Amino acid sequence: MMETLFQYRTPPEIKSGRRQVPVIVVGAGPVGLCAAIDLGLQGVQTLVLDDDDRLSEGSRAICFAKRTLEILDRLGCGDRALGKGVVWNTGKVFLQDRMLYQFNLLPEIGHKRPAFINLQQFHLEQFLVERLHTLPNVELRWRNRVSAVSQHADGVEVTVETPDGRYVIDCEYLIACDGARSPVRHALGLESKGQVFRDRFLIADVKMRAGFPTERWFWFDPPFHRNQSVLLHRQADDIWRIDFQLGWDANPEEERKPERVMPRIQAMLGPDAKFTLEWVSVYTFQCRRMDRFRHGRVLFAGDAAHQVSPFGARGANSGIQDADNLAWKLKLALDGRAPDTLLDSYDAERRPAADENILHSTRSTDFITPKSGISRAFRDATLQLAEHHAFARSLVNSGRLSTPSTYSISPLNTPDEDAFGARMRPGAPAIDAPLNSRNGNTWLIDQVGGRFDLLYFTGTGAVSETMRNMFESLRRLPVPVETLIISAQGVRADIGRCFEDVDGLFAERYDARSGTAYLLRPDQHVCARWRRLDAASIRKAQARARAAETETEVAT
Amino acid sequence: MTIRLDPNIEAPDDFYQALIDMHRGLDEAQSQLVNAKLILLLANHIGNMQVLREALRLARDETTTWKQN
Repeated sequence: MMETLFQYRTPPEIKSGRRQVPVIVVGAGPVGLCAAIDLGLQGVQTLVLDDDDRLSEGSRAICFAKRTLEILDRLGCGDRALGKGVVWNTGKVFLQDRMLYQFNLLPEIGHKRPAFINLQQFHLEQFLVERLHTLPNVELRWRNRVSAVSQHADGVEVTVETPDGRYVIDCEYLIACDGARSPVRHALGLESKGQVFRDRFLIADVKMRAGFPTERWFWFDPPFHRNQSVLLHRQADDIWRIDFQLGWDANPEEERKPERVMPRIQAMLGPDAKFTLEWVSVYTFQCRRMDRFRHGRVLFAGDAAHQVSPFGARGANSGIQDADNLAWKLKLALDGRAPDTLLDSYDAERRPAADENILHSTRSTDFITPKSGISRAFRDATLQLAEHHAFARSLVNSGRLSTPSTYSISPLNTPDEDAFGARMRPGAPAIDAPLNSRNGNTWLIDQVGGRFDLLYFTGTGAVSETMRNMFESLRRLPVPVETLIISAQGVRADIGRCFEDVDGLFAERYDARSGTAYLLRPDQHVCARWRRLDAASIRKAQARARAAETETEVAT
Repeated sequence: MTIRLDPNIEAPDDFYQALIDMHRGLDEAQSQLVNAKLILLLANHIGNMQVLREALRLARDETTTWKQN
């Protein structure tokens, strides 16, 4: 299986000559693979080019957040990721030799997916590559290195180097998911700008059978690594990931030598611990981004567009959310169901998301690595107070762990006209809730996505003839809206796609009363909501979510 | 809410003495930590971000613009 999945084949264009494909994705990391699978599922012919023919090495990205798992579910990879990954919801913070406190990242019940799983990046890539190969309209080419990119009015011209020579291929849109050093970005003469942090970290993947629970453990100034921080995470296959802060003066070449690494780990685990070193790396990091994520027909996603420090697991998670945001927009633009300006909203939504991630990441870094004596005093004061006082725990920052962005200021949102609670405001990603149908228990998150969904809440179970006709007409729009009827706890409606809010959590989380409706985009983000429905408002909101507000076309 | 700058401490001399006494017998590093903890405790008690920002700004401005005659 592995051999065929990663085998290089001579691209037909070398002999047959130039042709155009709708979308080229550059880079077969988690972000590029998710984008390609999403496009493939929506029926867009997609070509993925990668300069290598291997999965990534070592653990790299390891923490995949709840929202990412929900996206992976929509792409058909969620169960495999969950099956292999280790689930965790709890974090513990230590100062010197004592535990200060612990926290739970998902204190609510009633969600299909946990706060986080830990999974080595290469495992996720493997699952995504296998999933991609089940899609007939997506092709993945290894050892196809993009060496030049140029844009013209109707498309993008891509020059590709292979072991069999060079070929040129055209596409309507190109998604650059080619990582922090992004050759596509360089080829177009563009920059990613920001701040380099003067600190070095050692990451070690260690194989051992250990008694640590499956939790995120973060130490400030531990006895085994004085004046620095240490982070411990469990991964699949009895692998443990340990991050040691080294300071700026550390010599990266020396520090990655086993004779330096082994004593550090032995000191941490104790003299009797048995372990083997699987992988080691020394890294520095930056917080930076491009000025714009869209440049004509080229769209940048993941590390190519923005980079953060690793604290908070905001790299891969935000990159996968980029792909989630972009794929449905490209599909509509390619089909002529939305103007090209819809793609501007990718930048308008994901750039603030990147800024949010960079802000969190920078603040975490400043807390973990105080830059002055007084910063250090405040840091230590906060930590010492945190052992006994809840207020100080809220100030401790060992990484604010990835949560999805709400696109509050998106041009695609229809602002509320009715009074609503803030949690599910337009721009927010749909939050999960348990539902029940004739076919058994399910989750809201499994019933929506990949198209526009209307969630209609009925307190009595009754749905009038007028409403039924309206839902039917919405389904026949050029860009259809599928209605999902949710009845209050203890009540059954018996028409169409109908679910009971079995624990009352939908009503609570969505501030829903009888007649409340939410319009969700194909990426499961809320774009409009109402207390009373009428067809014209829904059509108008959906057109707005496609950047097609001036559209006059009205289906009956 | 804006920051109160009119006298608001019931017994100013008692408070001032208690503030100085808090540092008795501590070295410079300990005193710095104690001050930091005091600020954090009081900031949480106040809670209001507007008041806190005004206090932060005033504390800094009263220092950077203060000149010895």
